[in-house]
Amino acid sequence: MTRGNARRTRPDGHRGAPWPLAVPAAVAVAFLVLPLVGLLVRAPWRQLPTLLGQTAVRQALVLSLETATLATAVSILVGVPLAWVLARVRLRGRSAVQALVTLPLVLPPVVGGVALLLAFGRNGVVGRYLDSWFGITLPFTTAGVVVAETFVAMPFLIVTVEGALLAVDRRYEDAAATLGAGRWLTFRRVTLPMIAPSVAAGAVLCWARALGEFGATITFAGNFPGTTQTMPLAVYLALETDPAAAIALSLLLLAVCVTILIALRQRWVPGVRGPAPAP
Amino acid sequence: MTGRAEGMARAAPDGLVAEMRIERPGFELRMALTVGAGEVVAALGPNGAGKTTLLRTLAGLNPLTAGRITLGRSVLDDPAAEVFVPADRRPVGVVFQDYLLFSHLSARDNVGFGLRARLGLDRRTARDQANGWLDRFGLTGLGDRRPAQLSGGQAQRVALARALAPRPRLVLLDEPLAALDVSTRFEVRAFLRATLADLGAPVLLVTHDPLDAMTVADRLIVLENGRVVQDGRPAEVARRPRTAYVARLVGLNLYAGIASGGSVDLSTGGHLRLADHDARGPVLVAVRPTTVALHTREPHGSPRNVWAGPVTSLEPFGDRVRVTVGSTPSIHADITTAALADLCLGPGTPVWAAIKATDLDVYPAGDHPTGR
Repeated sequence: MTRGNARRTRPDGHRGAPWPLAVPAAVAVAFLVLPLVGLLVRAPWRQLPTLLGQTAVRQALVLSLETATLATAVSILVGVPLAWVLARVRLRGRSAVQALVTLPLVLPPVVGGVALLLAFGRNGVVGRYLDSWFGITLPFTTAGVVVAETFVAMPFLIVTVEGALLAVDRRYEDAAATLGAGRWLTFRRVTLPMIAPSVAAGAVLCWARALGEFGATITFAGNFPGTTQTMPLAVYLALETDPAAAIALSLLLLAVCVTILIALRQRWVPGVRGPAPAP
Repeated sequence: MTGRAEGMARAAPDGLVAEMRIERPGFELRMALTVGAGEVVAALGPNGAGKTTLLRTLAGLNPLTAGRITLGRSVLDDPAAEVFVPADRRPVGVVFQDYLLFSHLSARDNVGFGLRARLGLDRRTARDQANGWLDRFGLTGLGDRRPAQLSGGQAQRVALARALAPRPRLVLLDEPLAALDVSTRFEVRAFLRATLADLGAPVLLVTHDPLDAMTVADRLIVLENGRVVQDGRPAEVARRPRTAYVARLVGLNLYAGIASGGSVDLSTGGHLRLADHDARGPVLVAVRPTTVALHTREPHGSPRNVWAGPVTSLEPFGDRVRVTVGSTPSIHADITTAALADLCLGPGTPVWAAIKATDLDVYPAGDHPTGR
């Protein structure tokens, strides 16, 4: 294979990769692509309309899209301000906060789910008061799905936006200050427009991560069709009872992700090109 | 303390009076600065002299380590009294290097930004006033353009309009002409000169280009290594430089030495005979390169200073050629191309540089204005 590549090397200075890099690279590509190929090859194309036409499927899809979008909205609302604080304010213990923020990125989502239960569960540290004071119960509700997804997905947004804030030319903020703009006005009218592409990129990463969330969701919110059963949960459940349906659901999820990613990437998200969305 | 009080009286009621010490890792800026209302002062200095630090401090983007900045009656920064007015509350307008126009806003909205943020005008009034500024600055019809769609000269005017629109009581300009090409520079310089002279507010611009400084400013201060090494009117600075940096900028030979009995012992070695026999003590001697004559044989007879050495460099300088002679000390001579051809000069040619005693400008070295 490498020899074939070498022969095709054009004499215009474009040189092929040396084999210690080319071979592993090819393996990596194959590894990433083959599962998707498997999905496409084994898909029950003929039964597809019937399988996807079921109410349960539509319910799961709608629930997934709704909760992922809500989780992204919540993440933008509180995650962008946190990113700004981390990037602009000299806080004591900032690096500790930074570490905590990125923890959900590496934490097994199931552990996240358990932690959420202990905090926001009916007898949890905070959940107890939510229940007795406001009558709010989060576990095993749709709101609980949003909480679980936000917990796992928000760090993607924070990390992306914080990076953009650190990379932006601060002198523009200085210029705004000398024109009489306070920090809030400067953020709104100068900084935010400058980092908008990164916020969009972070939101896409966050949304994709939320859409695929499984572990924290099933632990914290359970698996009730119509209220907490999102697409990934439906896929997993179907795999045990009806494999063809699982494949069909997976295809649907794949199609949604690819569509969104292509649409956004062409519109205004040059930043997505770098990091691929998490599974 | 008395100096400060005097300065304040001099600059009252709307001038800038600053006594500044700013410490940053590996750098210290220490200087006093007074700019009267309506006066245009240029701070000239090499990179790293502290020009940008000075500007940022006056703008309120960096705090003073010690000292005091007052503008008219208001104290802007006084660490001892725990007073610090941040940038967004200082009546200061800044034109930044590279202009820093907001790329997502139109030229009109860039100019309107300060009108809304500083003066609290509503969107429509700000737009109308911004249009007025654009018209006044010859930018009629360009209000809808984004900064990327403006030429360098136009962007410069928009940046100036943006800084001046909120009626600042102090105007700061950081290398206002550096980003322009030579052809637009000439025109913009004249425009800048006329605009700044009319403001009535104190104006401070920093630049490393002596021509910009001398054409636009009423007064020059020269900064080197965080200190003022010279302060004076442009013509004065150009004629009697106080440091090698200034001398190089204005194209003069400058020598320091001790004068006595009609001659100067130079600190670099060698000596100069003077026409003036009264000069005594530490002096600076400026020699205009056009007054230096070059000979390929040692000249005799007349009462001249003659230094011998090889030609170390030749470079075109306007319609003349600047010849550097590696004598002790070295000297620049500007000669015509015809003279260059007659003398058959090339690198390494041994020559004698002759300077008439009457062509020397000798002045005392002692009275550095603010060399503290």
